[in-house]
Amino acid sequence: MTIIKHELRQNRTAFAVWTASIAFLLIICVFLFPEMKGEMDSVGDLFSSMGSFTAAFGMDRLNFGTLIGYYSIECGNILGLGGALFASLLGISALAKEERDRTAEFLLTHPVSRKRIITEKLAAVLLQITAMNLLILILALLSIALIGEDIPSRELLLIHGSYFLLQLELACICFGISAFLRRGGAGIGMGLAAAAYFLNLVANISESARFLHWLTPFAYCEGADIIAAGKLDGGRIAVGMTLALIGIIAAYRQYTRKDIQ
Amino acid sequence: MNENAIQTRNLTKYYGKTRGIEQIDLTVPRGDFFGFIGPNGAGKSTTIRTLLGLIRPTGGEAKIFGLDIINDRERILSQTGYLPSETAFYPSMRVRDVLKLSAELRGRSFRAGRHAPPGSSHSMIAQPQSSDNRRKATLPSHEHDCAETARILCERLQLDPARKADELSLGNKKKVAIVCALQHDPDLLILDEPTSGLDPLMQREFFEILRECSAGGTTIFLSSHILSEIQHNCAHAAIIRDGRIIAAGSVEDLSRTGARRISIRGQMDYSALSGVKNLRISPDGADFLYSGDMQALLAVMANGTIRDVSITEPDLEEIFLHYYTN
Repeated sequence: MTIIKHELRQNRTAFAVWTASIAFLLIICVFLFPEMKGEMDSVGDLFSSMGSFTAAFGMDRLNFGTLIGYYSIECGNILGLGGALFASLLGISALAKEERDRTAEFLLTHPVSRKRIITEKLAAVLLQITAMNLLILILALLSIALIGEDIPSRELLLIHGSYFLLQLELACICFGISAFLRRGGAGIGMGLAAAAYFLNLVANISESARFLHWLTPFAYCEGADIIAAGKLDGGRIAVGMTLALIGIIAAYRQYTRKDIQ
Repeated sequence: MNENAIQTRNLTKYYGKTRGIEQIDLTVPRGDFFGFIGPNGAGKSTTIRTLLGLIRPTGGEAKIFGLDIINDRERILSQTGYLPSETAFYPSMRVRDVLKLSAELRGRSFRAGRHAPPGSSHSMIAQPQSSDNRRKATLPSHEHDCAETARILCERLQLDPARKADELSLGNKKKVAIVCALQHDPDLLILDEPTSGLDPLMQREFFEILRECSAGGTTIFLSSHILSEIQHNCAHAAIIRDGRIIAAGSVEDLSRTGARRISIRGQMDYSALSGVKNLRISPDGADFLYSGDMQALLAVMANGTIRDVSITEPDLEEIFLHYYTN
C-alpha cells in the first residue's frame, strides 16, 4: 500500500486538474443543451450539410434534439478525448518516470520486489481512472438534473462505462510500453490516444476503413451504436481488454528483468 | 552465520558488447570497513549496482550475508543501507516525508513527532551531544521506529526535516540520502562516493557516524576515488581498473609496496636508473617514485652530487597512481 499511497499523493495535482477540466467542459456542454434544443431545426440543417464530417462523429445516426443524442456526441467527445489523454499519460509515465527523474535508484534499493512495485503502480493508475470516472459521472448526473431533463440512466451509464473501459485499455497498453522506456514518454502516450481517436473518425467516414474499428477503443464508445443496441459491443471490448492484458503482462515481463540505469 | 558480508566470484557485467566489470572476485568480511578504489568509469558503480540488484550480472555470482543477489534481493536490501553517488528525490516532498517513505518501504514505522525519550533509541548512532558525552544505545533492533534515529542523524548533520527535498543544495540532498541509508540501522552500508557535496565539517561528522556504526558491527563498503578517505577509515580495500580488481588486501599491505618515494637535493644521472616513475626535476633536485633495485639507486647517487635525500613509503594516492600507470 505504501507505493499506492505515494503514487496517489504524487499525482494528486494532475488528477485534480484533469478531472476538473473534463468535468467543467462536460457540465458546460450539458448546460448548453436547453438552448441547443430550442434551435434544433437550424442545427439539424447545419449538421446535414457537413457531409462526411457528420458521419465521422456519428451525428448521422443520432437525434441531436434528444439529451442522450446530444450528450453522446458533445460530452462523449470531451470525456473520450480528455479521458484517453489522461489515462495514456498516467500509464506511460507510471514506470518510466522513475528512471527519467532518477528516483529509480531510491525506490529499487528498498526491500520491495519489482513485482510489488509494478502491481502497486498499476493499482494506483486504475484507482485514479476509476475515481475520475466516478466523479465525472456524479457531476454529469447532477448537471442533467439541474437543467430539468430526465436522466436516461441506462444509456448514460453504458456511455460512461464504455469510456471507462477505453481509458483502462489505453492506460494498460501505455503501462506496458512504460516498462521499456527510460525517459518518460508523454509524447508516445498522447500520440497513442490521439491516433486511436482519429482512427475511429477515419473508420466512421470510409466504408473501406471499417476494419480500423477493431484497432481503436473509441469504436466501442460510439454513442450511436450503444443507444441503438442498448448494450456495449462485447466483441470489440474483448479485443480491447485482451490488448490491455497484453500490456500488463509485458510490463511484468520487462520490468522484472530490466537493468535500471 | 555467514562470515562474509559480501562475496563475489567471477562477477561480470557487460552492457551489450561494452565492458562493465569482468570477473570481479571480492570478499568483504562481516564488520569490515572496506574501501573500493578506482577512477571514474573503472566499474565501481557497476559493481555496486549489480550487488544491489539494479542490474543483472551477465556472469559469475555474488552473495551478501550468504544470500544470492538475484534470488534473495529483498532480504538483502532489508539489511542494507545504500548511499548513491547522485541523489534525487520525488518532487514536492519534504525531507521528513522522504525519510518516512523510505522507512515505510522497509516496513518500518516512522512516528515523527512522537519520539521515544532521548537515549532510548535502539540505534547504534550516538545522540548529538558533546563528543565525549554521547549516549549510545547498543541494542540494534530490526523492529525499531526509524523516526528517533532519523531525528538524531538530522541533528548531527544539521539537516532541517521541514525543508522541501528537491529544493535542497547538493550537500543537503546528500545528507537526506545519508539519513535514508542509516535510519534503519542496516547490517551493511554501501556508500558510493559518499562525500561529494559535503563540506569538510560535515565530512568529518559523517565519518564519525560511520565509525560509530562500524564499532557497532555494521559492515561498511566505501567506494571512492578520494584515497585519503580510504586510507584514514578503511581496514581493507580493493583497487579496480578497467572493470577488473587489480589489487586487494589490507590498506596497510596495499600501501606497503616495493616502491618508495625518493626526494633528492642535488644532481645525479636519472637516465641510468630503471623503475623510475613520476619524475619531477626541479633546479634544486628531483622527486620520483622508485620501484627498481635499491643498490643501483645508491650507486647512481654515489656518482652524483647529493646534498640531501629522503626515502619514504608512498601514500595510498601514489600507490594508486602506480597501479594506474602500470
